[in-house]
Amino acid sequence: MIELKNIEKSFGKYQVLKNISLNIEPGKITAIVGPNGSGKTTIIKSILGLVQPDKGEILFNNKSVIKEYLYRKDIGYMPQAASFPDNLTVNEVFNMISDIRMQQMNGNAELINILNLQPELNKKIRTLSGGNKQKVSACIALMFNPKIIILDEPTAGLDPAASANLKKKIVEQRDAGKTIILTSHIMAEIEELSDNILFLIEGKIVYDGSLKNLVELSGQAKLENAIAAMMNKEFRWD
Amino acid sequence: MGLIFKIIKFEFSNALRSKWVIFYFSFFLILSFLMFNFEDETGKAVLSLMNIVLIVIPLVSIIFGTMYVYNSNDYIQMVLCQPLDRRSLYFGLYLGNAVPLALSFVAGIFIGFVFTGADTAGITPVLILTINGFALTLIFTSIAFLTAIKFSDKARGLGAAILIWLMLAVIYDGLILFVTYFFRDYPIENIILGISLINPIDLARIFFILDFNISALMGYTGALFNKFFGTSLGVLVSAGLMILWFIIPFLLGLRSFNKKDF
Repeated sequence: MIELKNIEKSFGKYQVLKNISLNIEPGKITAIVGPNGSGKTTIIKSILGLVQPDKGEILFNNKSVIKEYLYRKDIGYMPQAASFPDNLTVNEVFNMISDIRMQQMNGNAELINILNLQPELNKKIRTLSGGNKQKVSACIALMFNPKIIILDEPTAGLDPAASANLKKKIVEQRDAGKTIILTSHIMAEIEELSDNILFLIEGKIVYDGSLKNLVELSGQAKLENAIAAMMNKEFRWD
Repeated sequence: MGLIFKIIKFEFSNALRSKWVIFYFSFFLILSFLMFNFEDETGKAVLSLMNIVLIVIPLVSIIFGTMYVYNSNDYIQMVLCQPLDRRSLYFGLYLGNAVPLALSFVAGIFIGFVFTGADTAGITPVLILTINGFALTLIFTSIAFLTAIKFSDKARGLGAAILIWLMLAVIYDGLILFVTYFFRDYPIENIILGISLINPIDLARIFFILDFNISALMGYTGALFNKFFGTSLGVLVSAGLMILWFIIPFLLGLRSFNKKDF
């Protein structure tokens, strides 16, 4: 469904993505992991068209999507740090996005309920806490029933209840056949949620495959240790 | 096209709630009211207003425009994740910023004018004043957008914007004076004419003065313009150049916006 071919991207002198090719498996949760600055967000932003790669192709249902925009109607995205026009209320933001997407909000009431966002709906964005803004952002990512859901550190900044409910929702979406891409620094969360792992170090893919296989290959019992072992340069794959 | 209007609609509702636009409107309302009240002739009042407009509108438009782009950065990112093309967003943002500013200026001047009822010279000079102010708002907002998109760093972008304004509004006059004084023995008219083409504020002034044919207020560049092009051609040339001053930065800004990484 989503395929990246030989993607390269530099910001100034600093090369962030080095010849990245990958294929996101439909109907699965793929977690992109890696140290800070390894290019996780840049990959996500390239898929969304926020960042334009220097080289390579991005295919969405076998069609190149660079400089295109209509394909985004099938994508719901929750960024790392969300921000909205300060003067609008939460409801107005929802309506605005619904208006731009020309799509009806779907199952939004339930989302607002499980994230406990009800009391905030008529407040202006300016007055919301960071966590509540994240919840608004999570709602936007999920409420238009998109085929692909991209979540950049979805649970960072959420309270435990909201975080647990959101994770439950993510798994539900996967079971409903959605393709999900997420990033996180919480290994327990990745172990709990993801089917596939994409491991990046300094803009290169060092592992692309199932979570099970990764743990087995590394000979470690836990994902956290497996990842730690991979970051160690002594580690050999053969 | 529909998408542009959607963006504009949200930007408008946002702008109408912002205290800035109301403050800007009140500023011109009070100014216009005072000027038309205290000057007996509409022409004189308009002239005084013009002198303020030539300084204030470029300054406010360029600072407001740059800040607006920086402050909208997260919002731009959010909207760009939706099925919307960058061109529509850019047009929407631009119009959503420039039009409320321009309209609050026009409304302030006109309401002040109507309430004082001072219309000895008719409404024409007021119309030309507002057209000029409107044009300056569009021009300096497009320069502001270009600046803010080119500089990712807010402090540097804002610094650059203020510097551009300072160059065009203040230092430019000194430069003209310097050149004419130092090279007074040489035929430098064409050079001065060339320099005046690169300053939208001076073009706006020339456009205004030529329309009234007040030679005492033309200044050196205005007089040259008049001599070189004649009054009616001079008006056309200055208006045409102002349109270029709007279109070129606007298109350059759009091009950078299309290439920009968020």
